[in-house]
Amino acid sequence: MKKISRRRFILSTALVGGGVLIGYAATRPSRHRRANQELAVDGAHYVTSFLKIEPNNEVTVYVPHAEMGQGVHTSLSMMAADELDADWELVNIEQAPAIDLFANGDVIKGFASELGVPSFLDGLVAVSAFKVAEIMNLQITGGSTSVRYTGEFAMRTAGAAARQMLIDCAATRWGVAADTCSTQLSHVHHNASGRSLSYGELAAAAALLEPPDSPRLKDRSQFNIMGKAISRNDIPAKVDGSAKYGIDAHSEDMLYAAIRFAPVFGTKLVSVDATEALRQRGVQRIVELEDSVAVVADNYWRAKQALKLVHAEFAASDHDTVSSADIFARFDRALAEDKGSKVLELGDTEAAFAEADDVIEAGYRVPYLAHATMEPMNCTVHIHGDSADLWTSTQDALGIKGRVASVAGLDEDAVTFHHCYLGGGFGRRLPFNWNVIDHATLIAMEFDVPVKTVLSREDDMQQDYYRPAVASNFKAAFDAQGKVLAWHNRFTGPIQTPGASEIPYAIANQSIRVVDGDTHIPIASWRSVDHSQHTFFTESFIDEVAHRSGKNPYQFRMELLQAHPRHLRVLEVAAEAAGYGQNLAEGHALGIAVQESFGSIVAEIVEVSLDGDYRPIVHKVTCAIDCGWAVNPDTVEAQVESGIIFGLTAALYGEITIENGRVAQHNFPDYEMVRLATTPEIDVHIVESGESLGGMGEPATPPIAAAVTNALYILTGQRVRELPIKNHDFSRATPVAQI
Amino acid sequence: MVNFKVNGVEQHLDIEPDMPLLWALRDELGMTGTKFGCGIAACGACTVHVNGRAVRSCVTPVSEVEGQEITTIEGLASAAAEGNAPVPGLAAVQQAWIDHQVPQCGYCQSGMIMAVSSLLASNPNPSDAEIDRGITNICRCGSYPRVRKAIRALATA
Repeated sequence: MKKISRRRFILSTALVGGGVLIGYAATRPSRHRRANQELAVDGAHYVTSFLKIEPNNEVTVYVPHAEMGQGVHTSLSMMAADELDADWELVNIEQAPAIDLFANGDVIKGFASELGVPSFLDGLVAVSAFKVAEIMNLQITGGSTSVRYTGEFAMRTAGAAARQMLIDCAATRWGVAADTCSTQLSHVHHNASGRSLSYGELAAAAALLEPPDSPRLKDRSQFNIMGKAISRNDIPAKVDGSAKYGIDAHSEDMLYAAIRFAPVFGTKLVSVDATEALRQRGVQRIVELEDSVAVVADNYWRAKQALKLVHAEFAASDHDTVSSADIFARFDRALAEDKGSKVLELGDTEAAFAEADDVIEAGYRVPYLAHATMEPMNCTVHIHGDSADLWTSTQDALGIKGRVASVAGLDEDAVTFHHCYLGGGFGRRLPFNWNVIDHATLIAMEFDVPVKTVLSREDDMQQDYYRPAVASNFKAAFDAQGKVLAWHNRFTGPIQTPGASEIPYAIANQSIRVVDGDTHIPIASWRSVDHSQHTFFTESFIDEVAHRSGKNPYQFRMELLQAHPRHLRVLEVAAEAAGYGQNLAEGHALGIAVQESFGSIVAEIVEVSLDGDYRPIVHKVTCAIDCGWAVNPDTVEAQVESGIIFGLTAALYGEITIENGRVAQHNFPDYEMVRLATTPEIDVHIVESGESLGGMGEPATPPIAAAVTNALYILTGQRVRELPIKNHDFSRATPVAQI
Repeated sequence: MVNFKVNGVEQHLDIEPDMPLLWALRDELGMTGTKFGCGIAACGACTVHVNGRAVRSCVTPVSEVEGQEITTIEGLASAAAEGNAPVPGLAAVQQAWIDHQVPQCGYCQSGMIMAVSSLLASNPNPSDAEIDRGITNICRCGSYPRVRKAIRALATA
């Protein structure tokens, strides 16, 4: 067992009626009145997890993260319950309320180290994660952080502390030494005397104890709940229509808003003629906002119909003629002319190129992408006097609450956030992506009833914050024997995920620099963030380097990854499971890619062929993932399947293009998705290295695009250097000899 | 007035005949289990049964369902239990969805389940090709491998 010292981070308090509440907290003064009252302890705390034990022996775990299908409510509760030695049948799972009591310090550390934080917070991160929490008001779900930070640091510690306190109570009551007691299924036992007490019977007394200095966490061999494929608690409500998403907020007096946005980002509304719209049945009012106009009616369809009759004029803008071609031309200029900023310099790349026997070069590009969550963006706000109620699907309950309060000019404590399931997040529902939140609040301020603002699918697609388009140019130098000497990479920013462009391969000389890639297109995190672009680039170009070296792409990777045993292991496991190197069906080829992201290492091997019209068919994806160990193996598998399909959609079809300053795509027909018929067989292998927990929500997404295009290269001799794959013609392809 | 039955209950609504069934269900009746995804019948999130047959309610005007029997996700289990629904035995689909841990975010699953139950009612043992053709709903979380597994389990059950 490992000992951890977290005395000041654990607190407990008695519950009315005889239970105990035990939490993991960080002692920063909270300005939240309600938080202090609810905790009823001196001072105030950020509590990132807590659990409640009641006299009837039920345990309730409060989870501070949003459930968006990643199974986090179940996984985090498993972590607390296992350390507690609770009977899983007696465990309830509840969403923690959106008050800054729950703002999550460990998540913020995760964000700070891996995702980066907004630049204005740069200097604060090192000082105190909790200071950042206070400023950003975070209760975030993102960055694949929930299990490995909140779970590992807070949930397990709270569970272990509670268990120890219950043992101490029982030992005192029996007059025996604590170390002669054991716990199982929500009971403390004294085996020598055959006595036992339930946690519920001990809870009231436990509340009087000082929380332990350093609760002992279990070894993996002692897990009873973690490591098991336990059914998710959110699923039953998702098969009978009872799960409530943000868009499902409903009341008899509710009004509905449909919005028309300025089509070119950043332009303003000039004038509106809504005479005809106002005559339509159910229409209550037209609301003019800075960049948009909204129709509010007693039914969403009526609002949408009336909006068609609104004539709105938007101001001209410098961006009115900008196209994707212009943006990529600007990227190419920056890459050609700008020195850029250093990402990584290793060895002497310049000298290596000067003495090289051969050099290869390649330019890669990926387009903007929309999130396209199945639940279109929406937000319901009810402002009544100086307080408000808020319903929306969000990855950041506290941030949204604060934002609504500030837009509406209300005290933050006066806004009540009602938790909802998320119909997909993928980064779209993270902080700073405020467009629908701001609009919904401003519209609701005109009424004293709840107003639900819903984006049409078209607006959801055209008013997103996009996965950035990026151009990335590479050069590699080789000696006379074909050995790679140097790696040279210049790409367009901005960098949202530090390190995503770096490679694990042992190449002595490396020069990686970033040039400015800012445009007028709003951008945000998109599942796996910068890894989604850079893994396609680096794992494709390393494949080019392998072929140029005369090496088999698998062998080449293995040779250059000797310093990375976890990479080697996932590659081996995936290669063996995929039958790499064995005979394949005629006209089939395998492609390979590996990437570490968010603390997990993932290898994917993809089997591809072409159909009669020379279009790629992805038959099978074999994936090996080392996420340290699996808290819930079924959830890990589900996230791998999900991440692969999400990345495959982007690789095959995903493309948001800009024409006349605006997004050209409208809805699913021109922003196509992988569907059941195009879903490959997915074979998942979890490699338990026992290392620290890695993230799971994102790491399966990055490798898939390069794995597919690397297979297509072998199959056709064509190197896909621009996504999506659908834009490429493989009809005049010549297979490459297998090495 | 528009008249139709939803999950066995008569509804008489004073609404426009061209209002899509989706918005009559969601905004007029407050039945939010049926989801809005695209508005153009491209994603299937809004799938309900009209007389037991799967339709995409976002493009189905209420005038087309006058006097018809509509089943939504909320009514699926009871319709199956009573055995008097147009397509009996549907709750098995919901149970299979739990057994195979199909949903992730779950938003598309009401429509997915309605589409699958309709497919299985007309073709209890579909081939993979028939599943591919019959189930074209979009799931952004990529629950497809489990959707297929659950359908296969139901087909052989």
